[in-house]
Amino acid sequence: MKAHLTRRYMFSASHRLHSDEMSAEENLATYGKCNNPYGHGHNYMVEITVSGAVDEQMGMVCNLVDLDGFVGREIVERYDRQHLNLLVEFKTNVPTTENLCVAIYEIVKRGFHRAHLEKVRIEETMMNSFEYAGEESLVAGR
Amino acid sequence: MVYLTRKAEFSASHYYHNSALTPEENARIFGKCNNPNGHGHNYTLEVTVKGAVDPKSGFVVDLKQLKDVMNREVLDALDHRFLNKEVPEFFSQIPTTENLAIAIWQRLEPKLKAAQLHRVRVYETPDLFVDFYGEA
Repeated sequence: MKAHLTRRYMFSASHRLHSDEMSAEENLATYGKCNNPYGHGHNYMVEITVSGAVDEQMGMVCNLVDLDGFVGREIVERYDRQHLNLLVEFKTNVPTTENLCVAIYEIVKRGFHRAHLEKVRIEETMMNSFEYAGEESLVAGR
Repeated sequence: MVYLTRKAEFSASHYYHNSALTPEENARIFGKCNNPNGHGHNYTLEVTVKGAVDPKSGFVVDLKQLKDVMNREVLDALDHRFLNKEVPEFFSQIPTTENLAIAIWQRLEPKLKAAQLHRVRVYETPDLFVDFYGEA
């Protein structure tokens, strides 16, 4: 039987929302106080949802030790206590939480093969959250 | 179609062990969850049903009825129990959160009359939950 498993992880990072393609005034108008040149930080909460058949012998979709190991190594260690704008994936992309969602989805999709990746959801603050489930989900309208 | 979710909490203990495996394999796969004395969690259950809104009552489902079914079929059986030793589904199956979500679905689904069961979500901790949609 197929089940979905979701695990939450936390990391803290700073960023600045700023696009080189816009003027200083446009940046300020678009990003408001998130455009502060010194940057600012958040405690990000990332939810990774994977799915698959529940293995009859183990009773699991995938072993949490494997998922925790992968996400700890490839996501938490990569982003925790970092300035997102300095990372290669945000050299040209603005480090909005939308783009962070896509970046994390791509890392997990590429590297974690013990269960099917369904979705990445990130809470930037308690008041906002973002989800990305891959391009196919957009095409399928799910 | 409207979706309605009702929450409940229960506390139970469990441990992970597969008797077909050696003690070393059990320890390797299940880690500290393999401690035979068990350990406990405060589980949060979310039951989501779906259906059309009845034009007379304005309800998808009578909440009192849903609550009664959840109490009788799930909470009375699981709350303050040692899942491996007291809940029949787990005499032979490992009481992982995945299997718990499936077992709760199977307990509720035949008893719900008005509304259709859509999802069973079980939080083992605030950082881990499983969704089961009744998929084979």
